[in-house]
Amino acid sequence: MENIVIIGNGIAGISAARHIRKLSDKRIIVISGETDYFFSRTALMYVYMGHMKFDHIQPYENWFWEKNRIELVRGYVTKVNPEIKQLVIDESRALHYDKLIIATGSKPNKFGWPGQDLHGVQGLYSKQDLDLLEVNAPNKDVCKRAVIVGGGLIGIELAEMLRSRDIPVTFLVRENSFWNGVLPNGESQMINEHILEHHIDLRLATNLKEIVADENGKVKSVIVAETGEEIQCDIVGLTAGVTPNIDFLKGSGIDLGRGVKVNRFLETNVKDVYAIGDCAEQHEPIGNRRPIEAVWYTGRMMGETVAQTICGNRLEYKPGHWFNSAKFLDIEYQTYGWVFSERGMKDYEAHFHWRHPSEKICITIAFNKETNEFLGINTFGIRMRHQVFDKWLSKNQTVDHVIEHLADANFDPEFYKAHEVAIVSKFNTDFGKSIKSRKKSLKRIFAMG
Amino acid sequence: MSTYDRSMALTGQPPKILSRNQKIATLIGMSGLAILLLAAFNVSFPNKGMWLTISLMAISAGTVWFSWDAYSQKLPGIKNDGVWFKSISSKGFWGWIAGIALTSFYIILYFYPEYLGLVKDGSNKGVIGLFDPLSRLLSGNPASQWFVYGTLYTVAIFAFGIKFLWKYRHNRYERIRTMSVMFFQTAFAFIIPELMARLNGDKILNGGSLPYYDLKNVWPLNYYNFEGYRIKAFLSSGDIGFALLIFGILSVFVITPILTYKFGKRWYCSWVCGCGGLAETAGDAFRQLSDKSVSAWKVERWVVHSVVVFVTLMTTAVIYSYLGTDTSKYWLTKSTFLISVAVLLTVVFAWVMIFKREQFQKDAIYGAIGYFVIIMALIGFHFFSGDGNVFLFKSETLRKSYSFLIGSIFSGVIGTGFYPIFGNRVWCRFGCPMAAMMGFQQRLFSRFRITTNGGQCISCGNCSTYCEMGIDVRAYAQKGENIVRSSCVGCGICSAVCPRGVLKLENGPLEGRIDSNQVLLGNDVDLMTLVNKK
Repeated sequence: MENIVIIGNGIAGISAARHIRKLSDKRIIVISGETDYFFSRTALMYVYMGHMKFDHIQPYENWFWEKNRIELVRGYVTKVNPEIKQLVIDESRALHYDKLIIATGSKPNKFGWPGQDLHGVQGLYSKQDLDLLEVNAPNKDVCKRAVIVGGGLIGIELAEMLRSRDIPVTFLVRENSFWNGVLPNGESQMINEHILEHHIDLRLATNLKEIVADENGKVKSVIVAETGEEIQCDIVGLTAGVTPNIDFLKGSGIDLGRGVKVNRFLETNVKDVYAIGDCAEQHEPIGNRRPIEAVWYTGRMMGETVAQTICGNRLEYKPGHWFNSAKFLDIEYQTYGWVFSERGMKDYEAHFHWRHPSEKICITIAFNKETNEFLGINTFGIRMRHQVFDKWLSKNQTVDHVIEHLADANFDPEFYKAHEVAIVSKFNTDFGKSIKSRKKSLKRIFAMG
Repeated sequence: MSTYDRSMALTGQPPKILSRNQKIATLIGMSGLAILLLAAFNVSFPNKGMWLTISLMAISAGTVWFSWDAYSQKLPGIKNDGVWFKSISSKGFWGWIAGIALTSFYIILYFYPEYLGLVKDGSNKGVIGLFDPLSRLLSGNPASQWFVYGTLYTVAIFAFGIKFLWKYRHNRYERIRTMSVMFFQTAFAFIIPELMARLNGDKILNGGSLPYYDLKNVWPLNYYNFEGYRIKAFLSSGDIGFALLIFGILSVFVITPILTYKFGKRWYCSWVCGCGGLAETAGDAFRQLSDKSVSAWKVERWVVHSVVVFVTLMTTAVIYSYLGTDTSKYWLTKSTFLISVAVLLTVVFAWVMIFKREQFQKDAIYGAIGYFVIIMALIGFHFFSGDGNVFLFKSETLRKSYSFLIGSIFSGVIGTGFYPIFGNRVWCRFGCPMAAMMGFQQRLFSRFRITTNGGQCISCGNCSTYCEMGIDVRAYAQKGENIVRSSCVGCGICSAVCPRGVLKLENGPLEGRIDSNQVLLGNDVDLMTLVNKK
């Protein structure tokens, strides 16, 4: 029986394991040094905030693995030797594999700041980071102030977590507006306001110069590069992005770039070795995607794809239309298709932006200004139906069609106030059109399935 | 033990700390309860009406102020910070204290009302006596333990309803639903039946007396609705009484199926029902305690459907016991009644087995066949063996055991008393025959579903954790499947707490309601066609 070994029990590795089991009877071994069981990484924040216990963020009951004959091994893989198809766990135990899937995820970026390895300085990625946060910032008496460096999704989550325990937070963001490398200006501005509403000390266009230690080698303060200001703090959160977690593969003969280099079939340069999820790096970016995609959904898709390949149906990784979502404190964010920020905007790309006059709700629609083709949408505080946008993107619908049928795409709970009329009227004013908003039609929505 | 567990032992830190205002509010609320407690120990209050008003006001004001302080200064959004750190909401010390206190209250209420001051002949004492003025104001009669309970129940739904409205002020579905349960409790369960009692003996009822009737209580939740004494009372009360009896029958066989088809059982369970009303308001803080394991689900299916069988048998036996045998006196005789019950059950059973069989698990089919055979055998057994004991037991024995085991122990003592231990929907999930029957229809024949939004689920588990019915919502959502479960009461909290906007309660066409396609998990169609192959 073929022996499939998967390094990493995150969403990519576990998706691969589950689908291989669905398709075959092969022996499956999943190795993780992080936890005994698969958990939802994106939900770690809710454990610190007391919304859930750690058990709750494990999507499968513990008996699931044995029942499905997925063997779980606890330990860190320290060495891989593809020539004899063997890997070493914790520098002691050796394990043979017939096929190896690398799904080791990421680790937080560190950019060589002075003091970045002091006690009290940490990222937020793993279960160990969560445990460490409980030590560094258990409450507002032990942790009188926190400084977060890096304005992305993890940074704002960490800020929300610390605020739930009333810990004062200073948030250093390199950009001059929050996440504006990704978000268009209007949206980024709205999130800036929302961060301030939550009493987070947001410092835009501010860089970290160094982290200062006290006499015990623990963080005492940070120094801001621009002003030289010293901010006293008990914890520094480094949340300036992540990087593939692949150091243990150095010298193994597996081709590495920033991540593990893979082709469209998720195969590495070495036969029978595959890489998926955050740690995989495509030779060529797929469409507008980045060569390394550290996103939950792409990890899941790669896991499903590689399972097909391993079970005899060699399949190309062909992610469908881009989608993603996040939550900025109280504001939900969804995106379908491509909407670029002003920095990354294509020359054919035009934007339509609407923002609610009083509430924190807005949308941005990107379209091709020559062909009028709908390219993508960002929504804040309005939920949209994935299925509908996926269809519209596949059919290359025009922006006019999307605007006209926007009500079909709304996914807010029942009885929520609809905003389509206001949105359409702003669109008409902005672009000199006279589109009328069509009423939501169950027929159209469910006919799309 | 990992470190995050240890930190929960720290006291007095946000988010679990109480503010100064909340401490005062708690004190005020407790003082209201203290007045009731003193009354229960026969402290005689000089001006009962005034002290009762003070007590109820203090309870409400304490709750409302506490909530105002908790939510008013915060931005609209999900307010679950520290739920698993607070001992009251995480089965800690205060959770157990509250559970024991509530359970004791129910035991006294159901079985020892004399300790609350109930006096059979003569004027009430104790806490029931304290409620006499209010009862007289409404119905003209002295209070009973049920009046005390009804009043406190209504106050709880009202005060905690206001808390819920603030907590979910960003969510209109939750707000409207909560206003609905507050309205139905106050008007239908509390005020209207008391006012109806004023009509008793009036000529509008031909001098008859209506039984106490909470109009929104439908059989089989209201298992006693068709008992002999109530039928007599209905029939002796003129056209109004007759209309109410007809309404009672229609609400089982016509109104409930139609509304459940259109909206799912949520139209009742989380919009109208009193049990649901208390669970959604006062019980909201305990919704995360429900057991989500597969084994709990198995227990649930067996227990709740057994209760349905029990209530059906019991009601059949009771109605049978007071019917006559002579067709010339009344068209509905013992035999016609039994035959109609058998025919109705056979039709439902046949329909399900013929058209919906593929939707059942094996154990469900065995269970259904087993119970069907038992019921039919009991009916047949009686029919061919002449008169005597219906269903092996005396109908009175059946009725008494149902009322004791299900009506009192299950729905009251366990159902509500154990809120802080097993979650707020124990009764609705494991015990309520009405919920089970509507759930059966909801699963097989209703437009309601919770739609999963394509591939957006991140498996975080908020939906499952906060599902009061113990449904593992995430198990469906992460596969891109819609959630169509018989137990879902449509409270909408899974959708509310979802950080990625994945879930939506909605009514739509029956076709494709359950087997939603998984194309949108995100990859291209080729892969998804392969994944969807079962």
